Amino acid sequence: MDLSAINPVLLIAALIAASTPILLAGIGELVVERAGVLNLGVEGMMITGAICGFIAAHATGSASVGFLGAAVGGAGLALIFAVLSQYLLTNQVPTGLGLTLFGLGLSSLLGQDYAGIKAPTVSKIDVPLLSDIPVLGPILFNQDPIVYLGIGMTVAVWWFLYRSRRGLILRAVGENHEAAHALGYKVRLIRVGAIVFGGACAGLGGSYLSLVRVPIWTDGITAGYGWIALAIVVFAGWRPYRLMLGAYLFGGVTVLQLNLQAANVPIPAEYLSMSPYVATILVLVLMSSGRAPGSLGRAFHAST
Amino acid sequence: MKRRTLLASGASAATLAMLGMPARAQDKLKVGFVYVGPIGDGGWTFQHDQGRLDVVEAFGDQVETIYQESVPEGADAVRVLQQMALQGCKLIFTTSFGYMDATIEAAAQFPDVKFEHATGFKTADNVSVYDARFYEGRAVIGTIAGRMTKSNKIGYIASFPIPEVIQGINSSFMHAKKVNPDVEMVVIWAYTWFDPAKEAEAAKAMIDQGVDVILQHTDSTAPQAAAQEAGNVYTFGQASDMAAFAPKPRLASIIDNWGPYYVKRVGEVLDGTWTSGHSWGGMAEGEVVIGTISDEVPAEVKAEAEAMIAAITDGSYHPFTGPINKQDGSVFLADGEVATDEQLISMNFYVEGMSGDIPS
Repeated sequence: MDLSAINPVLLIAALIAASTPILLAGIGELVVERAGVLNLGVEGMMITGAICGFIAAHATGSASVGFLGAAVGGAGLALIFAVLSQYLLTNQVPTGLGLTLFGLGLSSLLGQDYAGIKAPTVSKIDVPLLSDIPVLGPILFNQDPIVYLGIGMTVAVWWFLYRSRRGLILRAVGENHEAAHALGYKVRLIRVGAIVFGGACAGLGGSYLSLVRVPIWTDGITAGYGWIALAIVVFAGWRPYRLMLGAYLFGGVTVLQLNLQAANVPIPAEYLSMSPYVATILVLVLMSSGRAPGSLGRAFHAST
Repeated sequence: MKRRTLLASGASAATLAMLGMPARAQDKLKVGFVYVGPIGDGGWTFQHDQGRLDVVEAFGDQVETIYQESVPEGADAVRVLQQMALQGCKLIFTTSFGYMDATIEAAAQFPDVKFEHATGFKTADNVSVYDARFYEGRAVIGTIAGRMTKSNKIGYIASFPIPEVIQGINSSFMHAKKVNPDVEMVVIWAYTWFDPAKEAEAAKAMIDQGVDVILQHTDSTAPQAAAQEAGNVYTFGQASDMAAFAPKPRLASIIDNWGPYYVKRVGEVLDGTWTSGHSWGGMAEGEVVIGTISDEVPAEVKAEAEAMIAAITDGSYHPFTGPINKQDGSVFLADGEVATDEQLISMNFYVEGMSGDIPS
């Protein structure tokens, strides 16, 4: 055992980056569910974003265009869900599952010519002077732009939901869509907006994998991260900061357990492998007291 | 299609119809392949699919192949196998260790269908097992790794604690240690065959702890990309050549070449000589191939590696030749003794000098 081999600063810097895809996908889904829609298609939107982003970045040589393409791709897939669930009033659970299956297949099809090619590199933002601060520098001031975007998005969503009038309306739609409708709010339109936003976030999260973390396209690159994001939204009680905590905890314990294995800590590898899941569920359940939005998953039609 | 061919095939179809014979498609041997990952993984499944394409090329119209990707290991696999058998497959290749029990179960239900299970050890009258001697390749890249490391820390991203993986760890460690006695090996069990993000995290965790050569027993190219980003870290292609990362970080690769075996077995089914058995081909059979050794490797190390490839191929050297002790110091092989296949396929211990425990 050689714990001294683990550098805590590098560890924390790594965990923040490792958590970013889950955080982005989760924050999008949180807004969707707060608007009363259950979209189980996160995994499908993530992987569609991952390939769309990869194709866009590869075609233009610019990672920024790639991220934009990813958001558009994810949002496009989400729009299908929005039309089906909000206008054709399909049941949201099977529609969302279908969206995941469709997304996985679509990404595989789109990605056929891109397997094994490397993505253009994304440079880290190296804040001058600040990044030289010991400990805090490498953690906070030497990450890639999407990490900052993830943190910024969490703050923005919190502000939107709890400090803005529009956020209040969105929450009202999620809590009781009939009442919101009676007050004259356009339930359907607000929900479609939320779904598209969720798709764009999931797409961004997916492209963080294909353009930064891995950075290469392989089929099935998201490997279940969308489902983890979905679960964390629920365990976080639909609150942005808890979601961030959950995502960092999951990413953190994942990175930590790999580091502990590499340092040869005498804990059986099976336990270390399951630890991210156990730790995340445990902490979020203990904090719990979250309540699902009242109209979550229910179809809305103005005539009823 | 040329008009003459069209006429000819039309005529033959008409003849067959008149004679009341089954349509042409029924005469074809239908061969099914069950894959654990997507064929675009650039690694394990990609290579199995290359083997399938070799079958198509070798037999053309005589065979029809179907495949299913990303089939979970476990109970679901049985349904996939049943479906393939009901669709008329007479030979089915199940290409991952985790399909072992599913293959045996489906084989009992469809006694007239022949099954070929990769890397397992359970056989039946209609179930054969086949594997490749990857540890031969590991010996070669272990040697290169031992020569190339500067920090004397070699990382090994392992998938599951099964004999095949443990052979690979032991083989590469022993051969790295042979050329560099100070070397130590850091093992991370990823508990997955394919999870690009997790593989990348594992590689980064190793690099953060000073590892400068990474071997992997997982299937994606993510660790290669992580090594490239880090700079002075070397890797080896796994299952597939992963040439996109040559000459650096990828120094060489172990390529699984299933084509020769698949072509042979399909041929045997076609001429009715197929029997159940246990096949374990290596470099000599062309099933394990070392990809181009890049110019980052100094000439004398390259020569050393090539000499070892030649010796393993002609049978004059076996990577598991004694004296070899187990991790606890007890004797595994006496001086000059060569491991039997039985000893290898049940290997569940580290060799002397490794630290840490194998998860049970």
